Amino acid sequence: MANTAVGVGRAIPIAVPHATPRHRATVRVTHWLTALCFVALLVSGLEIVVSHPRFYWGENGNVLMPPLFSLPIPASRSTVPTGYGYVLPDQNGWSRSLHFEAAWVLVLTGIVYVAFGVLTGHIAKNLLPANAARPPDPSSYNPLQRLVYLGVIFVAFPLVVWTGLAMSPAFVSAVPFTAAAFGGRQSARTIHFLLSLSLVVFVLVHIVMVWRAGFTARVTAMITGRSSHQEAE
Amino acid sequence: MSGLSRRRILTRGLAAAAGLSGVAVAGRIAAAYGLVPPDHGGVFGPGGTLTYAAHRLLTRNSLAREFSRSEISTSPFANKRRAPGDVLKHQADGFRQWNLSIEGLVARPTSLSMDDVRRLPRRSQITQVACEEGWSYVAEWIGTPLIDVLNLAGILPPARYVVYFSSESDWWESIDMADARHPQTLVTYAMNDGDLPVLFGGPLRLRVPRQLGYKSIKYLNRVVVTDNLKTFNQGLGRPSDGYQWYGGI
Repeated sequence: MANTAVGVGRAIPIAVPHATPRHRATVRVTHWLTALCFVALLVSGLEIVVSHPRFYWGENGNVLMPPLFSLPIPASRSTVPTGYGYVLPDQNGWSRSLHFEAAWVLVLTGIVYVAFGVLTGHIAKNLLPANAARPPDPSSYNPLQRLVYLGVIFVAFPLVVWTGLAMSPAFVSAVPFTAAAFGGRQSARTIHFLLSLSLVVFVLVHIVMVWRAGFTARVTAMITGRSSHQEAE
Repeated sequence: MSGLSRRRILTRGLAAAAGLSGVAVAGRIAAAYGLVPPDHGGVFGPGGTLTYAAHRLLTRNSLAREFSRSEISTSPFANKRRAPGDVLKHQADGFRQWNLSIEGLVARPTSLSMDDVRRLPRRSQITQVACEEGWSYVAEWIGTPLIDVLNLAGILPPARYVVYFSSESDWWESIDMADARHPQTLVTYAMNDGDLPVLFGGPLRLRVPRQLGYKSIKYLNRVVVTDNLKTFNQGLGRPSDGYQWYGGI
């Protein structure tokens, strides 16, 4: 590896040419924790939705009602009419437990990231649009990237957590507005699904962009913190 | 090894030890305040425990949403095509032989007929049945609060859980005393404009509207008050189907 520290026995590499890493440790750790949670939530969420791949609006929604839309997939419950002649195995036990545990880790990670981002100026420097006081930094993100990251961090993730909470009968008993804001439990469930789809699209585009920017260098930067141009060649 | 890395290892070790003992102390305090669910072990224990603890702090006295009459679903879903054979036999007899027994940590173990249950204070609520699968419907539920049934038998002080059984052998559940004493936890015998249909759990269904539908068991015939769940599926307090004990999510 390039740029290992001069000297022997140091616990961490130091004395790299650029004093500040491309990504600070907190950003790196929260990034990968979020990535891990996202995969867990996506897999478990798919398992959960398979038990009822139909979506509705309002408070009521079940197989006796016409859906707003439904997914053209088989279901893990024989009571759901899908057009398929077979029923998938029920995996909701571990799926639901994993979904809620990963949601806790995601929320706690998000709180740490945003607190860190605000306190250190990471969000202002790298994500808020550049202005006269903060001229554009060619080594950082372009305006469209900043807008998308802000949208994912401050709109999509909070909303997906909110609509998730809107499906909790106990949480909603304490904070009824959580569900009422969306017009009911089924509306919240539908929005939760659509938001998760939009986050999947974001992740796919994110991976393609990392690929085009130099996959190994960018991923190394997010793991070790070292900037890509230090790493290149 | 240089002094710096030794000092680093020492401080990190101390921090880790402090963190671990902090978690242990928090666990002790949480258990003392009834914030730890029976299924707190295993890889999914932390998530389930965080949810249960957060809900017990936030929702102990909150009321499940109640809806207006106009929001009652015109197509409630029973999630059942056929009622069990023994329930149909009882139905043919007008449920005259149906009994609800109250056992365990009570001063006077009691068995109630349907007429006995109907004579208890009558309450109604328009609440939502939300299934873990994702579907839901709003209905009016009429019955008597579980706490009134339990008070008939006299709850003894060490009570911590109420275990309740369906006449269907593989369906039983348990709740903590916060839910057992909750005014919306009803032993229901009627739904919307008539008797509770057998497909919806008639003659008796325990409604626990702040938890998912699987906690609202149909064909209720036995209630046991207890201070521990050791003899109820080895402390799990419900069948081993992988679903979480606390269904408030």
